[in-house]
Amino acid sequence: MELKDKLLSSFMVFEDRVNDESKNLHGIRNEAIKTFQEKGFPSKKDEDWKYTSLNALLKHDYSISPQQETAIEFKEVKKYFIHDIDTYKIVFIDGKYSSFLSETTHDGIDVCLMSAALSMPKYKIIIDSYYNKAAKADHSLTSLNTAFASEGAYIHIPKNKVVEKPIQIIHFSTGNETSLMLQPRNLIVVDENSHVQIIERHQSLTSNVVLTNSVTEIFANKRAIIDYYKIQNDNQDASLIDNTYISQKQSSHASVHTFSFGGKLVRNNLQFFQKGEHIDSTMKGITIIGDKQHVDHNTLVHHIEPNCESHQDYKGIFADRSTGVFNGKVVVEKEAQKTNAFQANNNILVDDKATINTKPQLEIFADDVKCSHGCTIGQLDKDALFYMRSRGIPKKEAKALLTYAFANNVLESVKINALKSRINKLIAQKLGVNLGFDL
Amino acid sequence: MSKYTEEELQKELETKEYEYGFYTDIESDTFPIGLNEDIVRAISKKKNEPQWMTDWRLEAFRVWSEMEEPEWANVHYTKPDFQAISYYSAPKQADPNKTMDDVDPELLEMYRKLGISIDEQKKLQGVAIDIVVDSVSVATTFKKTLAEKGIIFCPISEAIQEHPELVKKYMGTIVPTKDNFYAALNSAVFTDGSFCYIPKGVRCPMELSTYFRINQAGTGQFERTLLIADEGSYVSYLEGCTAPSRDENQLHAAVVELIAMDDAEIKYSTVQNWYPGNAEGKGGVFNFVTKRGLCEKGAKISWTQVETGSAVTWKYPSCILKGDYSIGEFYSIAVTNNHQQADTGTKMIHLGKNTRSTIISKGISAGKSQNSYRGLVQIASKAENARNFSQCDSLLMGNQCGAHTFPYIEVKNKSAQIEHEATTSKIGEDQIFYCNQRGIDTEKAIALIVNGFSKDVLNKLPMEFAVEAQKLLEISLEGSVG
Repeated sequence: MELKDKLLSSFMVFEDRVNDESKNLHGIRNEAIKTFQEKGFPSKKDEDWKYTSLNALLKHDYSISPQQETAIEFKEVKKYFIHDIDTYKIVFIDGKYSSFLSETTHDGIDVCLMSAALSMPKYKIIIDSYYNKAAKADHSLTSLNTAFASEGAYIHIPKNKVVEKPIQIIHFSTGNETSLMLQPRNLIVVDENSHVQIIERHQSLTSNVVLTNSVTEIFANKRAIIDYYKIQNDNQDASLIDNTYISQKQSSHASVHTFSFGGKLVRNNLQFFQKGEHIDSTMKGITIIGDKQHVDHNTLVHHIEPNCESHQDYKGIFADRSTGVFNGKVVVEKEAQKTNAFQANNNILVDDKATINTKPQLEIFADDVKCSHGCTIGQLDKDALFYMRSRGIPKKEAKALLTYAFANNVLESVKINALKSRINKLIAQKLGVNLGFDL
Repeated sequence: MSKYTEEELQKELETKEYEYGFYTDIESDTFPIGLNEDIVRAISKKKNEPQWMTDWRLEAFRVWSEMEEPEWANVHYTKPDFQAISYYSAPKQADPNKTMDDVDPELLEMYRKLGISIDEQKKLQGVAIDIVVDSVSVATTFKKTLAEKGIIFCPISEAIQEHPELVKKYMGTIVPTKDNFYAALNSAVFTDGSFCYIPKGVRCPMELSTYFRINQAGTGQFERTLLIADEGSYVSYLEGCTAPSRDENQLHAAVVELIAMDDAEIKYSTVQNWYPGNAEGKGGVFNFVTKRGLCEKGAKISWTQVETGSAVTWKYPSCILKGDYSIGEFYSIAVTNNHQQADTGTKMIHLGKNTRSTIISKGISAGKSQNSYRGLVQIASKAENARNFSQCDSLLMGNQCGAHTFPYIEVKNKSAQIEHEATTSKIGEDQIFYCNQRGIDTEKAIALIVNGFSKDVLNKLPMEFAVEAQKLLEISLEGSVG
């Protein structure tokens, strides 16, 4: 049976099971499955999926809703946490919440579970006004997630709160099923003047096949500040389709940093909607991949109101037979005068078999704007390499130093120090060097 | 000091009438409307073509009948009814063997209005021109001078008769009949166009030029240009177009094929000024053109275009850089106004080693127009040390118009070096202020800025053409080009 049919038929069963808990979402789920039924999985014929094919992923016979719960010891997975600082943690194992590993709170802020938020009356107002409001209803994979969404992180920060500790959202898959499809759904609402930092990670613990189709909706109300970090360093049997929608109100700042080092296929759909003036949106990313890995960044910034800014900076280093895709789209509506949109995409191809496809796209309807995009594809500077080698730095280290320098723009803007040094280590590991210092 | 502001310029732009909108009353020989195999055969017969050509056309027609009109471009228009167009229209007295004196005086008058008096061109500028009216070549000048050098420059219909071996060998090799919907249509029904062959090692002593005009109502123009530059030769080729003002939309679907053999160089310049429709967006020419060039080893093809006309433009002059060390260049200015829509750009396909390409595209949108740049830079896995630089700048006037960029970059070789940059801006108040401050009035300041904005491209036009291009920019942006 094709995956699409399987999903459609298991929807009924799923719907029966969750309907008691979240009756109010019955309509949204049914609407969503209809959209998915109509559109199906995207193919290369869709302009947005021109360079990324899901065919190989869709061949597996995924288990859609695993029943079995698995426990894992903290010490086994400690290394996947940012453990040297105090954080809130929301941990899922095979899509099920693990209270043992998590550290949630309801003290002034809500850092808890989507399943609880969807079923408990006290969250109804928030769910009614935000849930599925930013996600694109006509997007097939998002709709698929909406239809099956039952678990994920729910974070609500009320007015005037600065959340002291970063929040970690971690999804583990244990491989009890030979192939597993996960569809986590996160909702993050940050009210006026509040500030929060979130780190998200998907990690597979065995070499069984995992496909994650995740949807995250983020709402930044007036003057809110959100820093969101995604670490994508999964093993090479895991694939991730990440759909993140960010809706911003006046004077809010939102930034998303994506660090893609792992996974078989990673597709990031990242969309910003600016619904107010003086908004700042930042999206940055470092991609370092090899083997046959495939990472696709698809970004959209929709400038709707005047006097807003957006900054995009994506760096990619592609080795072996890996493929990188960058498709960045900036839309400036005609009311959005005085927009300042900046986009940069720099890539280095290390090996002959590596491929990069990039399509930085501008659609501009307003005249008083400053929009620019730049895109480069090149190699590490031979003269710089020679300079360092002539001063006794071995080739590998010299290359690594240059790579660090290349990626540094993005690293610099990471605001959590512990996370920054963790990413440094990941880069060093990825490049196979030890520089003996943190940059 | 004149109080010339950007708003005024914009207003002027919007109200500026099409200067070439006259219609010349010359008797034409026009086919009934509609398209079927019989029409294709009739065109072929009319042209007295050999059997292989008729077959080639019919094959193209069959392919075309099965194709669907493409919809991916960022333009919106009512699709032309292909059965409501006449596929053959010729000024009655056109005769391939005529001399200058035989040319219909009204035609000559028409060219005078266009600013290309044939005599004048002949004497003063030394440009050899082939003039195509309603798809039929009416005059080719300087043929003898060129023939002395071994250069063949003639209407393609004549080339089919006189140089069938060359036409047969090369036609359809660069743009195959199956390439796309409009190329297939063109292959089936093209009525004329220019053919040019530059022999080995010859440097063409003068600029070659073709002038296209759609005169008759309800006709489509389908011309085909084939240009072959043999080893080590050089040619600079100019192409210009106009059409009368009409309420209905006219269709122009041309195919241009360039072949640059080893170490040859082709410089192909276009000034496109088809009727853009009136201020409400009624009428105008649909310009769906397929242009492509092939570079062998060490060859160079340079496309320069100034696009000011047409209601809808859909045009991507491309270079296939097949040979090692070959070079492709694309310089473009696209000006859209009122309801015009342009989706234009280029494709640079790097196949050979050490190939280089440069893309410079300047888009100026005013009124309610939409201007898109769509380009592809592709580096194949064998193309070592390929180098590309692309720059697309857009200038917007008013918030009714739009500027779009769709650059596709596909790289499969690690030694490639690609740079792409795009900017969008308006004429900045601070830029004008800066000029004002230094005693330059606003009108001159705008002129300076627009001129500076498109200078990179204007500089690439051959001298003879630069004058005309300037004139055309004036039509579209009067008062702004100094």
